[in-house]
Amino acid sequence: MTKNQALYEYALRLGDTSLVLGHRLSEWCGHAPLLEEDIALSNMALDLIGQSRLMLAYAGTLEGKGNDEDALAYHRDARQYRNLLLAEQPNGDFGYTIARHFLLSAYLVTLYQKLTKSSDETLNGFAQKSLKEMIYHLRHASDWMLRLGDGTPESKQRVQESLDACWLFTDDFFDADAVDAILQDGTAPDLADIKTTWLVTVTSVITLAGLQIPATTNGFMRSGSRKGNHTEYLGHLLADMQFIPRAYPGTKW
Amino acid sequence: MEATVTADMLEREKAFNDRIARGEVIEPKDWMPERYRKQLIRMMSQHAHSEIVGMLPEGNWITRAPSLSRKASLLAKVQDEAGHGLYIYSATETLGVDRLELTQQFLDGNAKYSSIFNYPTLSWADIGAIGWLVDGAAIVNQTALAKCSYGPYSRAMLRICKEENFHHKQGYQILSIMMQGTAEQKEMAQDAVNRFWWPSLMMFGPSDANSPNSEELMRWKVKLHSNDDLRQRFIDRTVPQGEAIGLTFPDDKLKYSETTRSYEWGQINWDEFKAVVSGNGPCNKQRMQARKTAEENGQWVRAAAEAYAAKHYN
Ligand SMILES: [Fe+2]
Ligand SMILES: [Fe+2]
Repeated sequence: MTKNQALYEYALRLGDTSLVLGHRLSEWCGHAPLLEEDIALSNMALDLIGQSRLMLAYAGTLEGKGNDEDALAYHRDARQYRNLLLAEQPNGDFGYTIARHFLLSAYLVTLYQKLTKSSDETLNGFAQKSLKEMIYHLRHASDWMLRLGDGTPESKQRVQESLDACWLFTDDFFDADAVDAILQDGTAPDLADIKTTWLVTVTSVITLAGLQIPATTNGFMRSGSRKGNHTEYLGHLLADMQFIPRAYPGTKW
Repeated sequence: MEATVTADMLEREKAFNDRIARGEVIEPKDWMPERYRKQLIRMMSQHAHSEIVGMLPEGNWITRAPSLSRKASLLAKVQDEAGHGLYIYSATETLGVDRLELTQQFLDGNAKYSSIFNYPTLSWADIGAIGWLVDGAAIVNQTALAKCSYGPYSRAMLRICKEENFHHKQGYQILSIMMQGTAEQKEMAQDAVNRFWWPSLMMFGPSDANSPNSEELMRWKVKLHSNDDLRQRFIDRTVPQGEAIGLTFPDDKLKYSETTRSYEWGQINWDEFKAVVSGNGPCNKQRMQARKTAEENGQWVRAAAEAYAAKHYN
């Protein structure tokens, strides 16, 4: 694998995760528990879709086959998608969406912080811009973790169950492979470092919320996003998302 | 005792009517007749509910938008509508009701919302048609309301109209691009206009002769133009826009008159309008159900937020 190929894969991982997570959040629009949350979740979805456009456009350039953001978003199948597995999990109840967003935004904040020091100019610029957005996402999700964890007995139980369910997909965040190895030249951070910082961040909020860190030692953890081994949910998400460009090839909208 | 109160009330009401006649703006702390307050609450809350229900037909296409930029702009548009709802609810609260109470009336089926949102969005072109026609009609209505006698409502309309103008442009652009596309795309765009044209005209409400609240609202300058006037204004500005991109309208009576410098047109199906307003439109049940489900599913979340606030902010 060349450095260019590694960067392409890396850009897809970032771009696909933002896109799929943004898509999931956008499904809340019009259905949230509070009007204020309709607005907040849509806002965050917009941030993520914006991020994905930057990264997919970059991936297209690196790939060099003339694919733009839309060609990559709408004309790859699930097996070619590189988003983190947790991002594609269905919204569940509001507590699940919050737990999912909490774990993922804590990860992306940590990752983007490191990427602001990347020697790759595009990744660097992307991270500078996106970090500010993700810090807001993490604050929003953390605030809700506290409210739900320390709210009513029902909310505590619900959010704990969601946290446990989401936790299964967190090893996938740190599943370093050859791509990461090649980019250890100052382009991308060491995922082991990211994991340490991430764990400190999420532990402090989970503890403050009166919740338990899910047990991992006996639990079976899911991963596979690096190789496009997804859960069954992604295919349905893409079927929705890609319907028009697939049904009417070569058209402009 | 009672006689003095009545005399006093009459005095105040006369002073109020004089203020209106002079074109003064009424602010929340000013005295106002109970009936004026009630009518405004009814109108403004209906308007707010419409913004919220209006999120549903367009929200239906967010996950299926045909490009990432379209996805982002549709999402931003629907989010704007949520913001409008929130803003108008706040303006309504200045009249001494709260949002919870208004939302409850709506969920109980005791408040109306714009009939247009009970029509389904069947293709991507519908997103264009809604932006162009529905936001277009809303602009005509809201530009007039921006000059209404109640300060908070008028200011809300001013602010909202800016965003509606943007929505209107975006919708028109969606249809323009489709009209330059393949035969299938053109057909889709035309079909959307065929389905949304008459319901958009119905958005202005019944003819003035059959509009029970019109007379009173116009006397108080809550409404400054009749439903029919606004509808005509909408037709006159919209038809040339459609023709410019090759769209036609499903009305064989539609014709420009040089004498009136205005369009003559056919007849609204008022039976359809009545059916939709009374709950029997194509999507009334689904729209109400979607809002009820959101409300029910959110109950435990709101309860948690309240419990948390009680523990930590008291
Ligand atoms: Fe609006
Ligand atoms: Fe609008």
